[in-house]
Amino acid sequence: MRGDRIFGLVMIVVALGYILSATTIRSSFMSDPVGPRIFPYLVGVVTILCALVMVLKPDPDVEWPIGKTLLNLGVALAILFGYAVLVKPLGFILPTIIVSGILSYQINPQPKLAALTGLGLGLGLFVLFKFILGLGLKGLPPALMG
Amino acid sequence: MDLLNNLALGFSIALSPYTLVLAVIGCFVGTIIGALPGLGPSNGVALLIPISFSMGFDAISALVLLTSVYYGAMYGGRISSILLNIPGDEPAMMTTLDGYPMARQGKAGEALVVSGVASFVGAFLATVGLMLMAPWLARVAFKFGPAEYFALYMLAFCTLGGVGSNNQAKSAMAACLGLGIAMIGLDKTTNMQRFTFGNMHLFDGIDFLVAIVGLFAVSEVFHFIETHGKNSAIGVKLGKVLIPWKMLNDTKGAMLRGSGIGFLAGILPGAGASLGSFLAYMGEKSISRDKDSFGKGNPNGVAAPEAGNNAAAGGALIPMLTLGVPGSGTTAVLLALLLTLNITPGPLLFTERPDVVWSLIAALLIANVMLLIMNVPMVKVFVRILSVPSYILLPGVTMIAFVGIYSLTGSSFDMMLMVAFGVLGYVCRKLDIPTVPIILGILLGNAMEDNMRRAMILSDGDWTYLFSSPIAISFWIAAVLGFIAPIFLRRFLKKPPLPTTDED
Repeated sequence: MRGDRIFGLVMIVVALGYILSATTIRSSFMSDPVGPRIFPYLVGVVTILCALVMVLKPDPDVEWPIGKTLLNLGVALAILFGYAVLVKPLGFILPTIIVSGILSYQINPQPKLAALTGLGLGLGLFVLFKFILGLGLKGLPPALMG
Repeated sequence: MDLLNNLALGFSIALSPYTLVLAVIGCFVGTIIGALPGLGPSNGVALLIPISFSMGFDAISALVLLTSVYYGAMYGGRISSILLNIPGDEPAMMTTLDGYPMARQGKAGEALVVSGVASFVGAFLATVGLMLMAPWLARVAFKFGPAEYFALYMLAFCTLGGVGSNNQAKSAMAACLGLGIAMIGLDKTTNMQRFTFGNMHLFDGIDFLVAIVGLFAVSEVFHFIETHGKNSAIGVKLGKVLIPWKMLNDTKGAMLRGSGIGFLAGILPGAGASLGSFLAYMGEKSISRDKDSFGKGNPNGVAAPEAGNNAAAGGALIPMLTLGVPGSGTTAVLLALLLTLNITPGPLLFTERPDVVWSLIAALLIANVMLLIMNVPMVKVFVRILSVPSYILLPGVTMIAFVGIYSLTGSSFDMMLMVAFGVLGYVCRKLDIPTVPIILGILLGNAMEDNMRRAMILSDGDWTYLFSSPIAISFWIAAVLGFIAPIFLRRFLKKPPLPTTDED
């Protein structure tokens, strides 16, 4: 119940913002009868209708993660974002070892196995992608390699 | 004979040693992907597109490789259904109903062989159907104008929303989400910025591969962290695998019927393989003399849905190749592959790039034979791979997703976007909002708007033009029916519950 209602409300706000933003799209000298704004308007309106249905007729609620699980998910999200930022300056191997180690620990909390998984994936995937599949990855921090 | 000439052309390209090796690799990798719980045809192919693109394959090699993966994953899905009672992918769900009880009765080997042969029959017949029907449909599609295409896209979204989900509002909203995302970037007709908010990264729009990998692959990680990989326990042991000739003979009717039903379901834009296996199972159950044995290990209950889901996989390629409208999540991903390779599916594909179409079809036939050979005697190899624990598998999948997007775009922004799509995928899964319409929306959004605008240019702004031809009107009617009818049918067509796993 609550999940659907909240998501529906969020989507209504998003769709209103979307329509508002669509009003600022400028037309150009090459114009057609429809123009660049109508289709986004339609999409926004249908979204609002669907979101209203979700708010008024929500499905039975599912169990949402609370407490420790939610924290775990937050940590996972943070390290994935971190990975996206750091993989360029730090090279492939080091961030991959750390991130896959942490993810592994989160799925199965055994430090030793997680560390081994991290090491194995970091080095193994590097060898696979760099040398077997021939992708242009940088393994170590490019700054160190000069 | 046009057909034979075309086939000869296809085989002349697809039978080169290099493409054959690619097909073997694709089939092998695909079966593994299909068998691993949590990885199915759609996210498997999604993960591999950016990587194979970065490796610089030409169009035909990439197509052969990834369609082999696609068919392989359709085969592989049954392995974990039968042995673990966990469908490797959604279409394989119906196979668990009788496959797992068979395995519990010590007939795991028989179930695997029957389902493997059923997969072969379904996929083979569907590929033959594809050869016969696709060129014909491509000729029909030449008559389609922008109004017909617009109605066709509506039909795809509506049937996908109506048939493929539990809640029409949610799936329509998902489609809108995708369409809305597709609008981001430069407007093709006027070259004006839309929804970029001045952000340089958004000028080219959001790459559909980023969305697909995020929604299909990264979201799995969150799901597994939440469940702590609880569903990864090994179920039934597999004994010696012998070929049960009698059982194969007994189930041949079910295989053929399942193939027919699945193929038809596959052709419907938006319906796809899950519906194919579902209808094949329900159909087989309704004509069977001992209905009670279904769900308790009836081999027909394994053969029919497995033939159905593989036939649907082949059938779904027909609207995808001839009209550019995918019939399922995986064909949506294959459409993404074609677009990445700069191949635009549609009627013109058949006249302008017959080499692509027919080598693809030849590759499907080859992959199918290879998969039968791999999946019957070598099934034990794949069973062993099933025991990769999720605490290695999921981090690995995530890293592969990152590598793919990183080597494709080289941008941190796209990787963050991919993670954001992963979160969206997780939330959608929690709320039972289907993610396939989002992908379809992103893939088709620009074409849909484009057709609408071209229709309006042709008619000088008269909206009734969209409903002016008989073809367009029948698409609209089918769209409305496809969206509304399931509300009433749902009462009669309830999904049977999965067999329970007792802890003994």
